[in-house]
Amino acid sequence: MHMARVEKLILRARMTSPYEPWDEARGAEIISEHAGLEGATLVILHALQEAFGYVPEPAIPMVAQALNLSRAEVHGVFTFYHDFRKRPAGRHVLKLCRAEACQAAGGDALAARAEARLGIPLGNTTADERVTLEPIYCLGLCATAPSAMLDGRLVGRLDEARIDALVAEAQR
Amino acid sequence: MTMRIFIPRDAGAVAVGADDVALAFEQAAAAAGKPIEIVRTGSRGLYWLEPMVELATPNGRVAFGPVTPGDAPSLLGVMTSDGPHALRLGITDEIAWLKRQTRLTFARCGVVDPRSVDDYRAHGGYRGLERALGLTPDQILVDVTTSGLRGRGGAGFPTGIKWRTVAQASADRKYIVCNADEGDSGTFADRMIMEGDPLVVIEGMTIAGITVGATKGYIYIRSEYPHAVTAMNTAIAAAKQAGFLGSRIGGSAHCFDLEVRVGAGAYVCGEETSLLESLEGRRGIVRAKPPLPAHKGLFGRPSVINNVLSFAAIPFILDNGAKAYADFGMGRSRGTMPIQLAGNIKYGGLFEAAFGVTLGELVDEIGGGTLTGRPVRAVQVGGPLGAYFPRDLFDTPFDYEAFAARDGLIGHGGVVVFDDSVDMAKQARFAMEFCAVESCGKCTPCRIGSTRGVETIGKIINGERVAENLAVIEDLCNTMKFGSLCALGGFTPYPVMSALKHFREDFGPAPATLQAAE
Ligand SMILES: Cc1cc2nc3c(=O)[nH]c(=O)nc-3n(C[C@H](O)[C@H](O)[C@H](O)COP(=O)(O)O)c2cc1C
Ligand code: SF4
Ligand code: FES
Repeated sequence: MHMARVEKLILRARMTSPYEPWDEARGAEIISEHAGLEGATLVILHALQEAFGYVPEPAIPMVAQALNLSRAEVHGVFTFYHDFRKRPAGRHVLKLCRAEACQAAGGDALAARAEARLGIPLGNTTADERVTLEPIYCLGLCATAPSAMLDGRLVGRLDEARIDALVAEAQR
Repeated sequence: MTMRIFIPRDAGAVAVGADDVALAFEQAAAAAGKPIEIVRTGSRGLYWLEPMVELATPNGRVAFGPVTPGDAPSLLGVMTSDGPHALRLGITDEIAWLKRQTRLTFARCGVVDPRSVDDYRAHGGYRGLERALGLTPDQILVDVTTSGLRGRGGAGFPTGIKWRTVAQASADRKYIVCNADEGDSGTFADRMIMEGDPLVVIEGMTIAGITVGATKGYIYIRSEYPHAVTAMNTAIAAAKQAGFLGSRIGGSAHCFDLEVRVGAGAYVCGEETSLLESLEGRRGIVRAKPPLPAHKGLFGRPSVINNVLSFAAIPFILDNGAKAYADFGMGRSRGTMPIQLAGNIKYGGLFEAAFGVTLGELVDEIGGGTLTGRPVRAVQVGGPLGAYFPRDLFDTPFDYEAFAARDGLIGHGGVVVFDDSVDMAKQARFAMEFCAVESCGKCTPCRIGSTRGVETIGKIINGERVAENLAVIEDLCNTMKFGSLCALGGFTPYPVMSALKHFREDFGPAPATLQAAE
């Protein structure tokens, strides 16, 4: 990624997001907090992402060193799991369930509607970096499908009005 | 007198407004000057009635639902006077949908305060562990084995045999691992019980620990379930506080500790060896078996790995005896199954029943058909790796062997209903897409075959050389079925081939017409 862009993102993160900007000392502190656990890699990656909103690249060799693993190993773990982000998400993250129970309840059309309203396909962030729209495969709300999650808040029984309201809320 | 009002904190109820309803009740009570106590419970599992609010009365709890925040003031009034209300559902236990069930595992879910060990014990909790503490490991193993309990995670392996293998292994350490990855679409029973009665899972794991000689357990919960993570962590802390976890459990000489670990959005990590890799901090690449996890599991140590519902069934068995459990069911499927009715369904939710209930009863009678009111066309049973059933097969009883005999599986008990607007060729393509996205990449048939499958079904959908491409799909499915290391690649052919077999008309013109046309 271009340096200027990284700086812009960090600046944005500082202004609007609940996340801390990347800071090496803070990263080291988070890593050492969990490094003593058995099989700590995922725990640490989660903790880093929770603090910074993504897993900053410079953290990877730090994790490797703390756990006595190779960089490649940690990088391999980081890329294997869908959850871990290389860069910060938009200010709001709207996840739409795209699994079968939600498909059965009309989720396809609602996902297409959200894509159209935001002008981006699933898996992308709007140009103004306000909204990241992502697919998710089952939230365990399959009896009140279709379902979504906006910044950690669950919403069931989606219909056109509800999806429009969620999109509008995310764009604010 | 203070009224006791029960409002679910279950994620499914919260997703349709339960938190707002709880807040509205607090405000309405304050405004009316009526003292109330709100207990946040799990869900009873009648999701079309959520948020469902209950009131404690001398005759039992009375239910109201589905409640909106605006209903709170009028409901409070009715609750005080015991008057009529449009949302009044009557005594909860008498609601036909609930009454018809056999709730052994879910007996307390939606009833108790999930954070309270006292409440758990007041409702029969920890009686199973107390009895187990007075038995030898061998005696416990006899109970678990003769109960007939089979793993509820999908494969249906006898739990008693698995535990015995670990009990007989000798090692410096052993582990108990709870598989709470619940990735199957259409399933939510693990989530519900972790949120609504987490202590039953803890009790089941503790009994496993003392039986096989393990002192440490892990619960691996998928990251899509933040509410369940919180609920489990809170319950673990409460159990520790009450002396049911840690050292000298329940006053005995046994130690057992639990830790929650969170997944990171990989479906394959529900496969037990992939889960172990993930717990150890690695990529979730499936391990070849042998060695079995029972011999060399977590960190190379003998490990019991079971689904949430398998552990949650244990306290009942130990408390009431193996026979009380085994008396329910049919054939080699003993006891009850928490079945989950989902998708386009009128009465969706958790229906725990003895094995043997038919698919037709579940979908038409209990589920009430589709929510859209259109005819039911297809039902997918057992998650993304499960077969699609047409109405012709609705006489299939819920039983491991009966489903297998019809090229299907019951898996984790999810039933997803589709109406007649479904395009089964698209569903078949989705099954391949899902496999392609979630494949751990270890075997070629799964990794490459699924991508090839997506393309080929795409061609069929576009009407390109349909007969030829259908033959390719069949071939591909065979290769995946027999050349895959785990059930992700091995079972993806189930939804694909069942769609093709039972809904052939969705895949373009039939072969005869096609030949004539060509
Ligand atoms: C791709 C794949 C995903 C699986 N997902 C789960 C899951 O989410 N939960 C689960 O308990 N078992 C899952 N299983 C089954 C486990 O491998 C294993 O059989 C189970 O955890 C054993 O516990 P049980 O005997 O109590 O069922 C999955 C298997 C495969 C192949
Ligand atoms: S079948 Fe697929 S998911 Fe299973 S081990 Fe092989 S590549 Fe991995
Ligand atoms: S399939 Fe969408 S919540 Fe389960």
